[in-house]
Amino acid sequence: MKLHEYQAKQVFADAGIPTPRSELAASVDEAVSAAEEVGYPVAVKAQVRVGGRGKAGGIELADGEGEVREAAESILGMDLKGYHVDRVLVEEAVDFENELYVGVTMDRGEGKPVAMVSTRGGVNIEEVAEEDPHAIAREHVDPAFGLHPYQARRAVFEAGVDRAVATDVASVLTSLYQLWDEKGGADAEINPLMVTADDEVIAADAVFNVDEDALFRQPVLEEMGEEGEFDEDELERKADEYDFDYVRLDGNVGIIGNGAGLVMTTLDLVDHYGGAPANFLDVGGGAKAERIANALDMVFSDENVDSVVFNIFGGITRGDEVARGINAALGEFDEIPKPVVVRLAGTNWQEGMEILDEDLVTVEETLEDAVQRAVEYAQEVEA
Amino acid sequence: MSIFVDDSTRVIVQGITGGEGEFHAEQMLEYGTDVVGGAVPGRGGQQVHGVPVYDTVQRAAEEEDADASVIFVPPTFAADAIMEALDSPLDLAVAITEGIPTQDMSRVKKRLSEVDTELIGPNCPGVITPGETKLGILPGNIFSSGDVGLVSRSGTLTYQVVDNLTERGIGQTTAVGIGGDPIIGTTFVDALRKFEADDDTEAVVMCGEIGGEDEERAAEYIGAEMDTPVVGFIAGRTAPPGKRMGHAGAIVSGSGTGTAESKIDALNEAGARVGDTPEQVADYVEDLL
Repeated sequence: MKLHEYQAKQVFADAGIPTPRSELAASVDEAVSAAEEVGYPVAVKAQVRVGGRGKAGGIELADGEGEVREAAESILGMDLKGYHVDRVLVEEAVDFENELYVGVTMDRGEGKPVAMVSTRGGVNIEEVAEEDPHAIAREHVDPAFGLHPYQARRAVFEAGVDRAVATDVASVLTSLYQLWDEKGGADAEINPLMVTADDEVIAADAVFNVDEDALFRQPVLEEMGEEGEFDEDELERKADEYDFDYVRLDGNVGIIGNGAGLVMTTLDLVDHYGGAPANFLDVGGGAKAERIANALDMVFSDENVDSVVFNIFGGITRGDEVARGINAALGEFDEIPKPVVVRLAGTNWQEGMEILDEDLVTVEETLEDAVQRAVEYAQEVEA
Repeated sequence: MSIFVDDSTRVIVQGITGGEGEFHAEQMLEYGTDVVGGAVPGRGGQQVHGVPVYDTVQRAAEEEDADASVIFVPPTFAADAIMEALDSPLDLAVAITEGIPTQDMSRVKKRLSEVDTELIGPNCPGVITPGETKLGILPGNIFSSGDVGLVSRSGTLTYQVVDNLTERGIGQTTAVGIGGDPIIGTTFVDALRKFEADDDTEAVVMCGEIGGEDEERAAEYIGAEMDTPVVGFIAGRTAPPGKRMGHAGAIVSGSGTGTAESKIDALNEAGARVGDTPEQVADYVEDLL
């Protein structure tokens, strides 16, 4: 789960990390009064949970009321990389000498947390990581001990941070690690961590992604996550409500299946047979009629979808139950909105295939045939 | 022969009094698994499906002379349940639980390096040696005994590939689901090493997916040390970067690591053929036998 910048900054500030003065605004007028409060010059920043906001035109500097008005007008309501900009953060513009990077994440290959520092902070840190990995000092952390103070110092000195601010940067890294550890963090990043002419350090941006599986221990963060849903589209909200693993894609073949690996494979097969997948949707285990109805509602609600492939491999889930669920869900419609191809396999699949009502769905025996049929249907609609 | 488990494996079930644990203990018993006990704190002295329940894993393992545990404990307590299994005389723990926090698993991984007990999972369907025993939730009826080893990060994808193999009359020595989480116990390399050492395994199918670098490490091992031929499959070719595709571990990072392309290239370079479809995987396996 991703927090917005304004939320992450609040979490970081609570942990003692210096952050600029800022206020959230949902309208142009609110942005202007926020700027008066914070003091000019300010940065007006789109609050959407995606990287690269600056390059996409979602961050503008403004000195004076006119400029704030203009910036807020252009940013509020914009579509930024598929996210809707509903709020802006109006923040004191920091006059800086240097931009650093500090971050904490899980190195899954090592199975250990890793704390990172670089003197090459700023918008191109991902390129730096790719082209010059040594420019980022890394300390792997023994999760049983946590980040030792010497490790924070070593990362800072190895990265080549100026001695005048080394202690402060090490302290920011230590705080960042602790909050990452305590709050079930997946990624915690400050980029840039600005260094001012007076050798102050201040977190000009903040990223905090929480491990969704750790949210049961983090009621406050869970609430923040719900509060932050204002940048989501209708389908994503629906997926949250139905509790589905759902990812929207650009194509027109809707996909419903069970098990992440098999659903991904179904997406890949749609592509392999010349179609384009519209989504990833994993209904998980079980075959309750309501869940099947919700899954169909999800894909039917996506106006890009022209056909649907429904692929269930029953392990413990029984094919006959799934078939009854599909019949019941589609029986509710006077007219089936989009053609549905069904393929059932595994436990009781033959019974399931017989139960399926062929007035409602097209039945195929193999995964490959089902995908090809759905791709054909989608192409017929396009033609 | 087989890897990890066979008909002599004595199994306890952690969480046997819960809905999932009870259901799958019964399924395992029906399949022929030697389920000899359960472990649930506070439930010692009870019986489930005729199997005695103990308060601690230690006691269950000692009293019943058990070799392995299958863990159906909810995510809130699962890492602790794994730790308990690792701190017992058991040789193997199989964690089925989905949704364990990654930081918890980081601590488990650290502990694994200090003990002899092995871990399969979490977030996995388990391990089956067809005709002998199964530990987990795999549907026994789709598997059959044979010459091919199978290792996979995904449950239903495993079933799909097994289905394609069965159509061609090809059975398995052992099939193991290693799980879809970012941090897991047994890795591809660990499983491949065991298959390589197993005289009865004539070929191995390895089903990977996007995210992480386990498949690339496996490819290195295949190229350098394996004589047994490997056929690969990688799910997630069409997954966009930065989006988690269901499994917590299935995500292509923003900087482009963990892509299907990199994994397929690595496997091809190591001499493993990679199927475009599950059906093609089965065709390639058939060619090898």
